[in-house]
Amino acid sequence: MLGNDVDTDQIIPAEHLVYSLSDPEEKKNYGKFALSGVPGDQAGLPKGNVPFTEGENFESKYSIVVGGKNFGCGSSREHAPACMEIAGVKAVIAQSYARIFYRNSVDGGFFIPFECDTRLVEDIKTGDDLKIDLTENTLTNKTQDKTYDLKSLGEVIEIIEAGNIFEYARKTGMIAS
Amino acid sequence: MGMTITEKILAAHAGKTSVAPGDNIWVDVDVLMTHDVCGPGTFAIFKKQFGENAKVWDRDKVVIIPDHFIFTKDTHANRNIDILRQFVKEQDLPHYYDVGTDNYKGVCHLALAQEGFNRPGEVLFGTDSHTSTSGAFGMFSTGIGNTDAAFILGTGKLWVKVPESMCFEFTGTFPDHIMAKDVILNVIGDIGVDGATYRAMEWRGDAVMKLSMEERMTLCNMAIEAGGKNGIIEADEVTTDYVRQRTDAPYKVYHSDEDAKYFFKRTYNADEMEPIVAKPHSPDNKAKVSECEDVRLDRAYIGSCTGGKLTDFMAAAKLLKGKKVQIDTFIVPATREVEEDLHKEKIDGESLIDIFKNSGAYLGEPSCAACLGGPKDTFGRASDNQVVISTTNRNFPGRMGSKQAHVYLASPYTAAASALTGHITNPAEFV
Repeated sequence: MLGNDVDTDQIIPAEHLVYSLSDPEEKKNYGKFALSGVPGDQAGLPKGNVPFTEGENFESKYSIVVGGKNFGCGSSREHAPACMEIAGVKAVIAQSYARIFYRNSVDGGFFIPFECDTRLVEDIKTGDDLKIDLTENTLTNKTQDKTYDLKSLGEVIEIIEAGNIFEYARKTGMIAS
Repeated sequence: MGMTITEKILAAHAGKTSVAPGDNIWVDVDVLMTHDVCGPGTFAIFKKQFGENAKVWDRDKVVIIPDHFIFTKDTHANRNIDILRQFVKEQDLPHYYDVGTDNYKGVCHLALAQEGFNRPGEVLFGTDSHTSTSGAFGMFSTGIGNTDAAFILGTGKLWVKVPESMCFEFTGTFPDHIMAKDVILNVIGDIGVDGATYRAMEWRGDAVMKLSMEERMTLCNMAIEAGGKNGIIEADEVTTDYVRQRTDAPYKVYHSDEDAKYFFKRTYNADEMEPIVAKPHSPDNKAKVSECEDVRLDRAYIGSCTGGKLTDFMAAAKLLKGKKVQIDTFIVPATREVEEDLHKEKIDGESLIDIFKNSGAYLGEPSCAACLGGPKDTFGRASDNQVVISTTNRNFPGRMGSKQAHVYLASPYTAAASALTGHITNPAEFV
């Protein structure tokens, strides 16, 4: 659980942008430092000071990240959604996104960026057991037995279903398959 | 229905007579820019998707400007420059500005302008969110990630959702001590860091059109800090004069129609503007300088794509001439051209570089430097709980290198005035 305006410097501080995103070993650094720039009191709400990945681990035990408004604001660095995927994130749920982060998440096929009109930050606690139902477009908090509607993925669903922008372009005949 | 400049440019590049906000269209790309942080990832995706031996769609439209992590001993960062070199060699790319050569430029957004890649009416994408800077030339420009950049490298096209436009009109004349930085910080403070999300920020009015190209670039540069997709200013004689000094390439000037539809039109009186800072830790945390004069500072930083242009240093030098700074003050020209101009430009016979040296400021080499923190040995990188006044663009937690640091964003005038006193200071009394 994170708050509003989680920017890309919080998601992956610039000093770490030097690692290769294609080398299987080197890119683990991105998982290790994913969300490491989030100020302590904001990391893992409501208590805070919850590390996203621990010690030398590059994988997080949290596969769903929930944020508030304007998630991913700031830089166009694709290392931001990439580091979250490397850490094992499968979905992000936010009230709204900054547009480049949203676009990078979809076009690069890193994870599904869901939007939810309900402000979840006060409701869900870090560590709650969450389930996303893709057919019903709902989020269920199994720990608290509450269900929320997610917004339709709308026009980007075709890219998400294809896997990424390249697969989408191949499917639609824009680039040769 | 009339169209805005942004809509007209996008329509023309999609082969359509008109487009409307919300349309998803494929546009032809005139220029793709990348740098040392995002180039290596972009090239890896390009090769994976289009083949090891694939060629870029148009060698002449690819511009590679290393600028982020340049003067560092970090081995990974230096390895990334080697990856740029290798790709440039494989692809035989003409527009590469290599580190350690006479051809090195520095910060990509100003280098694009200085090397003639910013041309009215064109579509430019870059793997950097401040690519919005180029919109000052009446062109569509925005930041993208590695995947989209790799897609362009292979196809020369990208899908774009046509943004709604917001109109910010400034009538009258900005007072002498007001800079474009005050104007953009004021607007971001008004609409918030997500106030322009998915939208174009179009700047209009007498006061805007009286600004130099560099000042116009500052306005468009920080569109992203309000979440904007692009910033744009219609091209006029000031624009075409600048462009013609830099390139013979053709361009096309577009104007917004009288009946173009805007998300909103907001009019400001330029004469009433006051110096503005963004307080920690968000660019929309606006305050008048006059409300923050009790803030004690540890250092001042003047540099970056936002605040490291010649105009920015002329302003700072005007205030620092013949005086001593009271806090550590870092001067980082955005590009080599700016650095050379610091030697050439004089105020009452003294070069800007001498003015800075004699004031006790530290001089760095052209690059992004501490604007985004960077490797530990980066010039001017913030440490501990320092309080910094900076002409850069972001004051997110940790942005300049230390999560505990407090960064105030300000104009070069305000940063220089504050460097002279050691606390946030209104430049009005100095200008």
